[in-house]
Amino acid sequence: MLDFTSNDYSAILLSLKVAVTATLISLPFGFATAYLMTFKRFRARILLDIIVNLPLTLPPVVIGYLLLILLGRQGPVGKLLFPMGIQIIFTWKAAVIATAVVGFPLMVRSMRTGMESIDKTLIDASRTLGAGRIDTIITIIAPLSIRGIIAGSLLMFARGLGEFGATVIVAGNIPGVTQTIPLAIYEYTGSPRGDTMALALCIVSIVISVAVLIFHEWLSGRMSRAD
Amino acid sequence: MDLKVDIKKDFGHFSIDMDFAFQGERIGVFGPSGSGKSSLVGLISGLRRPGKGSIILDGDVLFDSEQGIDMASEHRRIGMVFQRPYLFPHLNVKGNLLYGFKRCKLEERRITPESVLDVLQLTHLLERGIKNLSGGEQQRVAIGRAVLSNPRLLIMDEPLSGLDDRIKFQIIPFLNRVCEAFKIPYLFISHSLLEMKVMADQVLVLSEGRVIEQTTTENLARDRMGENEIGYINLIRVIGSRRLNGLYAYKWGKQELLISSGNEQEEGLFELSSREIILFKRHPEAISARNLLQCRVTDIFESGRRIGVEMDCGGERLIAEVVKEAASELSITKGGEIYAAIKASVFRRLA
Repeated sequence: MLDFTSNDYSAILLSLKVAVTATLISLPFGFATAYLMTFKRFRARILLDIIVNLPLTLPPVVIGYLLLILLGRQGPVGKLLFPMGIQIIFTWKAAVIATAVVGFPLMVRSMRTGMESIDKTLIDASRTLGAGRIDTIITIIAPLSIRGIIAGSLLMFARGLGEFGATVIVAGNIPGVTQTIPLAIYEYTGSPRGDTMALALCIVSIVISVAVLIFHEWLSGRMSRAD
Repeated sequence: MDLKVDIKKDFGHFSIDMDFAFQGERIGVFGPSGSGKSSLVGLISGLRRPGKGSIILDGDVLFDSEQGIDMASEHRRIGMVFQRPYLFPHLNVKGNLLYGFKRCKLEERRITPESVLDVLQLTHLLERGIKNLSGGEQQRVAIGRAVLSNPRLLIMDEPLSGLDDRIKFQIIPFLNRVCEAFKIPYLFISHSLLEMKVMADQVLVLSEGRVIEQTTTENLARDRMGENEIGYINLIRVIGSRRLNGLYAYKWGKQELLISSGNEQEEGLFELSSREIILFKRHPEAISARNLLQCRVTDIFESGRRIGVEMDCGGERLIAEVVKEAASELSITKGGEIYAAIKASVFRRLA
């Protein structure tokens, strides 16, 4: 049953690589967005809220298509990058971007929950003790919202492993290049006698997901004990 | 400390319009909740922004709307002790204490961690997590943390209101000691006359976002005596505790006081309401009250519908209150002799 082809292995590795990269790239942006939405009052807040959360309600295919328009050779971003020799669509980078966009609201939501639980007076206290804004963010807000940051990252990572709709449109389904586990499963289900392999990849997915959940539980347990 | 404040701010449902100047080291800000005490604290510390006006501390402009100056909170060097300790939960006692100290410029580090640990008796707690501290210990760490940031002004925003009475009067000596030892001028915010008396010399009285009075704590206490439920609070500091027939005998000035709520500790601090003192024109031969003090009237003042009688009792000062009719019947005059009777059970122990 575990008779994986090299394409299967590369799909597993690519899935992990895409999910990890997307999560790491999103971390600073997610943190900054969560910070703005939790601690700052500004007019465009509602707009930012809508934009950040939109991928949660939009069909991933729509996101994929919009990204394709944006990043394609004729698209506003693609047009800028192409002369520099940077091609994004139909590469694994496109899969990373698609995954990042789709998982972003999940990450921001978890981080916000973490930050909202911080008593604002602690921030006032750090300011009166001589810590500037950035100092306060690094030494008070980040450590006190660490659970939200970890939960958000793991959630995004897990969501990234399963990303299909946006990825298939903007990165395509190229074995060994942009084919992640869900795309490989999709291809197996469409081919004769692919059922067994599809199921095997499903099991791999389940194993990774369970591992993520166990890791999360273990980490939360450790942190509660440390408190 | 020389503080000049002239600020206006509209909060919608509530507005602040204050203009005052203060010179002194132990200043109280007194008023009921909703009088604008906390808003004033926020504006001076830089945590809230005034709409208009100026705030000048020791000649240094912290805020001036006309000149467009608004010094960031972290640069004002105004330490804060809040209602609750608000210690950083992810740091231990040491981490909390040194948070402000580390961020203080070298040339401004006048107060050292060792001296603060010593005064606040925190040395044995240094490595503890803050969740393993009692309420009083936590507030002591919070005081130490603020003091160690070497502020030029310390604002204590009702630092005792979150503590029960017993712990409150354990903390007060620390507060006094720390401010005296390190010569830090402070603003002490409270709605309690008693706390004001213990902590401040001068006081700013606020009501509905306005300054209604700038006076001394003594005058404030006298003015409020007649309308207040508890009258004027005499703070009685006594020494030399000794057990006597089920009571405690203490030395107070040249005489002895018998107090039922005393304890074995050498020194004691008790409060005694002006309403608990009965005055006699002549020596009553026998009374049930265990304390009968021979006093001399040093001052008489009116407060509401009552008369306050300030007396010198063997070198100590005591204020009693009587209704006007009683005052004329007793024919109390300045310099006259009078007897004060106090039951042993009416003293309330503070420390």
